[in-house]
Amino acid sequence: MFKTRNHNDAPVVLQTSGLTVSLPETPGNLKVLKSIDVTIRHSETVCLVGESGSGKSVTSLAIMGLLPQALKVAGGSIQLQGRDLLPLSQAQMRDLRAARVAMIFQEPMTALNPVLRVGDQIMEVMELHTDLPAAERRRRAVAIMEQVHLPDVDRIFRSYPHQLSGGQRQRIMIAMALVLEPVLLIADEPTTALDVTTQKQILALIDELQQNHGTAVLFITHDMGVVAEIADTVYVMKRGEIVEHGPVDALLRQPRAEYTRQLLKAVPSLSPRPARPEADDAVLRVERLNKIYGGGGILRKLPQAHAAKDVGFTLSRGRTLGIVGESGSGKSTVARCIMRLIDPSSGRIMLDGSDIAGLSRAALRPHRKKLQVVFQDPMRSLNPRWTIAASLIEGPLNYGTSRADALAEAARLMDVVGLPQDALGRYPHQFSGGQRQRIAIARAVMMRPDVLVADEAVSALDVSVQAQVLDLLHQLQRDLEIAIVFITHDLRVAAQICDDVIVMQRGAVVEHGPASEVLAAPAHAYTRALIDAAPGRSWDFQNFREMPKVPHAEPA
Amino acid sequence: MAIPQPTSAMQPVLRWLRLPRLGVGTGIAAAILAVIVLLTLLSPWIAPHDPLTMNPLARLKGPIEGHPLGTDNFGRDILSRVLIGGRLSLIIGIATAAIAVLIGLVIGVVAGFFRTADAIIMRMMDALMAIPSILLAIALVALNGPSVGSVIAAITIPEIPRVVRLVRAVVLAAREEPYVEAAIALGTSMPKILVRHLVPNTLAPLIVQGTYILASAILTEAILSFLGAGVSTETPTWGNIMAEGRLFFRIKPELILYPGLALSLCILSINLLGDAARDMLDPRLKKRAG
Repeated sequence: MFKTRNHNDAPVVLQTSGLTVSLPETPGNLKVLKSIDVTIRHSETVCLVGESGSGKSVTSLAIMGLLPQALKVAGGSIQLQGRDLLPLSQAQMRDLRAARVAMIFQEPMTALNPVLRVGDQIMEVMELHTDLPAAERRRRAVAIMEQVHLPDVDRIFRSYPHQLSGGQRQRIMIAMALVLEPVLLIADEPTTALDVTTQKQILALIDELQQNHGTAVLFITHDMGVVAEIADTVYVMKRGEIVEHGPVDALLRQPRAEYTRQLLKAVPSLSPRPARPEADDAVLRVERLNKIYGGGGILRKLPQAHAAKDVGFTLSRGRTLGIVGESGSGKSTVARCIMRLIDPSSGRIMLDGSDIAGLSRAALRPHRKKLQVVFQDPMRSLNPRWTIAASLIEGPLNYGTSRADALAEAARLMDVVGLPQDALGRYPHQFSGGQRQRIAIARAVMMRPDVLVADEAVSALDVSVQAQVLDLLHQLQRDLEIAIVFITHDLRVAAQICDDVIVMQRGAVVEHGPASEVLAAPAHAYTRALIDAAPGRSWDFQNFREMPKVPHAEPA
Repeated sequence: MAIPQPTSAMQPVLRWLRLPRLGVGTGIAAAILAVIVLLTLLSPWIAPHDPLTMNPLARLKGPIEGHPLGTDNFGRDILSRVLIGGRLSLIIGIATAAIAVLIGLVIGVVAGFFRTADAIIMRMMDALMAIPSILLAIALVALNGPSVGSVIAAITIPEIPRVVRLVRAVVLAAREEPYVEAAIALGTSMPKILVRHLVPNTLAPLIVQGTYILASAILTEAILSFLGAGVSTETPTWGNIMAEGRLFFRIKPELILYPGLALSLCILSINLLGDAARDMLDPRLKKRAG
């Protein structure tokens, strides 16, 4: 089931003891890391897991000697193969990085230089840290590119980063990190920005290279599924402290710390919840919706992109429809067409009996209030210059509600979404991401919509916050009979909240049906690939045990 | 994180005005500008002499009784001329900045928000930008005769495209923000979205740009007057006082020195205030300051 291998006899590669990092300029000398002890042995994978702000990344930056100016190591030691790194000068650390310790990041596009060919970037690493002749550098660069399983190495060697896919860019980053055969690889959320199928390949690649080279890996992630896939040993962090550590098997089966239990309980289960009874009153019906980009041009027809192909579904009151798919599958295009934030190329969108697909801006207005939206990014979905009250009452005022009534309703909704009354007078930056997402939901609910479109509405949140927001949506749906179109790339979230699921690939719907069927017994090969790629899918995190075996249906 | 701020005598005043704490340089700049504006505004009452009254007996005198800065080649009081002249210079500067910002804001918001209007408006702006303001001023003065209106128009027109580009860039970025899309979903009408969600984003860069236009307009007016394409020489401005004074520069440099000094101080303090406004309104800098 798990990888847990015994590394107790292997030589220690990295050991931090009592590592403490503080913010010296704050009152009270705030500690960002409190006495962190981490040991990583030869060819071991150590996962550092925790929610945002827990200090995972600060730990990795401290090891790399790359702490931001404001942070200072206040105590403890960091030993790499027995050598203390803290007293080393900047120049000594620079030699050590890349040669002995390498790092890969979450976003490979920003970590690569956009104006250099990727092959040259790999060779540059060797140029800086070795005195190999140019021909040998090239030979090694090509060899490492083959090892990370890049197709058509000759072509990619000469490509610029923007010409590669996200997965290929991350492979280049890994090649750059490993070309000098470092003893320690630090991977900071390296698969978070990737699609699940790509994530699976990258995780397999890291594992394979580790086997071949014996590299020790410090893997930082917030995703318990990824932990279950790749970790030998797990350290759970909370507010700059390690609350628990141990072999992955023991930690997932018998978590000792209360915080670890909470974290595991919050991981949504992949097994779909039972669907609610089907109602007949369809509130939203989409028929043969198409969206085609491009194709204009006066002299020559420009290339077209078919972002949505003949998408159709029916959603009835009080139910949730999930649209799942990887990036570029067209799920957000469908959502934006339904919202009429973009104009569909063809098709019908029947909202409460009337077709809104072709309505003009003015004719659309009376329908707008029935259809509300919650976006992914809680930082940007509220106007930063407006108080929460102003944001909440904007919609009702547009439809003629009096200011006093709207404010009273806003105050009532603050209770419903679990925020204090005085939140109304404050500004968005004074709230956390989860709180802001609650406010965005309250703003949508102020309009008493029939349909709520949630576009990756919980994707930017930590798992525990995610669970709370999903609960809130569930409760609002039950009380107000709102129908929800829930767009997500996360099958676990889809399994928890959806009655029906649409699976999209390259703009087309490949599978459509009740969540319990689509997710438990997928008929289409792509759906099956998505489910197979979901990290930690064979582990039931909430109950600390293996998932009961559910046989996959045979392909239809 | 609190960054230690230099303190100055201005701090209590600023606190009373509910303005954020400012650096010493900014405080001094504000004080200088306030003095200049006050003196020029009150000039009709405080100027010791009429700026146009000639006195053939007291030509090109140094500081003498009744003429603290001396007199010019017609025996006119230099102090009075600089004070009165500053009034028109400042009026032209403020008017130009206000008109350019207002017109530029409206055109820029339209260009940034409505894609179809964008292409047409921006090509027109490119054309306007190609006209040098000096040439335009000479043409306008030739058509309408030297007047304050022609000068303001000549300086304003080439400034408008710069404001339009700035506003358009801000609006283009802001219109993609989810909160704007959420407002569309909430049924907020287009004019309301423009005024309430998009325009506030442009104010910070506009205030900064406005101070730069203000300073450069005073300077351009001085150049135009100097070239004889500005306001008629009967009305003193800092520019035409200097233009007249250049003939006697070698005998009496004060003719250029005093209006030049007033002009430099004024522009320097306006630019410093503009920089301070930019720092104050830049959210990234604000975050760092607390």
